[in-house]
Amino acid sequence: MTADPAHSAARAHLLPSAGEGSPRSGSDEGIAALSGEVAIPSPASLSKAPSPAEGGGLAAPAKARRRSWIGVAKPLSPRRRITLTVLSFLLPILAWSAVSYLPFLWHPLVEVSDPGDVAWMQPGMRLPKAAFAEEVASAEAAKSAPPVGRAANPVYLPAPHEVAAAFWTSLTAQPTQRDAIRLPLSLWHSIQIIFWGFLISSIVGVPLGILCGAQPTLARITEPVIEFVRYMPAPAFGALMVAILGIYDGPKIAIIVIGTFFQQVLVIANTTRRIDPLLIEAALTLGARNLRLIRRVIVPAMLPQLYRDQRILLGWAWTYLIVAELIGTSSGITFFITQQARYQHFENVYAAILIIGLVGSLTDIALAMLGRRLFPYDRSER
Amino acid sequence: MSVGVLSPEFDYRTQCEPVRARFAKLRSREVALSVEGLGKVFRAPDGREVVALKGIDLDTHRREFLCVVGPSGCGKSTFVRILAGLETASSGIVRVGGVPVSGPGADRGMVFQGYTLFPWLSVLRNVAFGLEENGTPRREAEREARQWLALIGLESFAGSYPHQLSGGMKQRVAIARALATRPRILLMDEPFSALDTQSRARMQAYLIEIWKKIDITIVFITHDLDEAVYLADRILVLKAHPGEVAELIEVPVPRPRSHDQMLGPEFRATRARLDALIHPPKEESEDDPVTPSLVTRMAPAGDEVE
Repeated sequence: MTADPAHSAARAHLLPSAGEGSPRSGSDEGIAALSGEVAIPSPASLSKAPSPAEGGGLAAPAKARRRSWIGVAKPLSPRRRITLTVLSFLLPILAWSAVSYLPFLWHPLVEVSDPGDVAWMQPGMRLPKAAFAEEVASAEAAKSAPPVGRAANPVYLPAPHEVAAAFWTSLTAQPTQRDAIRLPLSLWHSIQIIFWGFLISSIVGVPLGILCGAQPTLARITEPVIEFVRYMPAPAFGALMVAILGIYDGPKIAIIVIGTFFQQVLVIANTTRRIDPLLIEAALTLGARNLRLIRRVIVPAMLPQLYRDQRILLGWAWTYLIVAELIGTSSGITFFITQQARYQHFENVYAAILIIGLVGSLTDIALAMLGRRLFPYDRSER
Repeated sequence: MSVGVLSPEFDYRTQCEPVRARFAKLRSREVALSVEGLGKVFRAPDGREVVALKGIDLDTHRREFLCVVGPSGCGKSTFVRILAGLETASSGIVRVGGVPVSGPGADRGMVFQGYTLFPWLSVLRNVAFGLEENGTPRREAEREARQWLALIGLESFAGSYPHQLSGGMKQRVAIARALATRPRILLMDEPFSALDTQSRARMQAYLIEIWKKIDITIVFITHDLDEAVYLADRILVLKAHPGEVAELIEVPVPRPRSHDQMLGPEFRATRARLDALIHPPKEESEDDPVTPSLVTRMAPAGDEVE
């Protein structure tokens, strides 16, 4: 991690020293042309030949040994990795807890617990501290019972334990309202939308991407227009898709397909183009041709990277999901989120968002582990 | 350098009786590869035309070992890639066994400079690859591949994957893979240049052993002149800008070859001739001055390194 001190000292030794106190400072004799053997003898070299380890009189000032935090990345020790991973989750949670549980930190509002004699107040109401203090003052002036309350955060920032409780109940408990939908069911619906959207996109996009990457003519006739369409935001097609495919799942799947497909073709075509050309040439000299060449060399050669591409694209598909589910009849996890937000059950909103994150990253971790199993010869991701 | 007194006296064109007999026998065999007026013109990105190869004529007889050497940029890689059918010639014609070449084919095997084994296939399946591509059923292809692995002495690595092999082993497998389809000609584009000196010497010996056992004509590109003299029957020397034939040298070193012959008069005379062709003394001093220049001195006097 640090620069080898001996090495940097040696380097410093080669540089003309400009530090004060050096016998050569300020004199242009310090730099002499080799042609005339006029190197200026330094006191050190006159008395004795300086060994590189000493280098004393010539070494640059100590500030040359600055430590660099940036360099070629070296792997961390397993213990450290685990600690840092835990910390990366723990630190935001700690910050959230601090804001939630330490009343002096933020808490700009007062949650009313007892309205006293103030007619318009109700228990559970939240109002700014200043307004509350005003009411308390006027109630005391009028000798009526003052309202009682405690410092609180806005309703959109529930405390961690409230979200945790909501997380648990939304997964297990039956809904209290009759028309309310359960989180697991809406999540399952969303997963199905993602699955079909991504599958349809991949069935067309992966082969097309590979063909484009392997065949320049095909690439030139498809990629410019794909590049153009790629810049149109997928949700912009929402109304159109509803007109074509109705209001239920059809247009939602279509939005995910539109959002994924065009990127997919380009990304996979590029991955195909990055295959070592020598592998393809070797296969050509061995007699592989056309579709067999694709099947037996191009696809296996790119498969580990293709797999990684697909994992990243799947992440993109999730980002299109939320918009897609707002199109036509709102459905899935988005419907759950908007409905709960309308009821101001923000702990449920957070729980749902967390679940999306959890499902997404667990899928990715599982796919990464599967990938290491599938491609033992792939050394680029170790 | 004390042996150097011998070489001026020995002419590299002098052949002892066995060598002469061997060349006569070679010439009596049919022509395996013939190159006629081969030329290649590239268009550089700035629109200029660059002549990479010009008017190359060559006949190689069956079971000959031909090396191609030349200064960097002489187009020797382009030459072998045209022979392989990986690039098309701008002019001229290449015939293998009398049939004009029009693309890569199973009659020419190729071993590349880099490692080109398929990393997702085991060693055995790598060797079987070409056989399968040419219509041999998988089981039979693998049986044949096993015999090829036996020939190169790597049977025990049949189930290993390329990343588990050393560089020399990888190139041996690559040779077996190229030979498995029974080509007439084996094209080798600096196959050992990535190896360290010791494994390179070992690989050269291996290659000679394989070549003796198989009916194959080898065209071997190299920039290592010792390697060329050690391996070749004839050496095609190209010159650069444009890539033309400078000379086609018949190597006078008798076979069987060994690395000990490197000190012999035939070897040294041939080597000296190659040096003269590839590094003309005049150019070297102009292109690459090694004389000390007016470099600012930054070390104290009395602290000399030599």
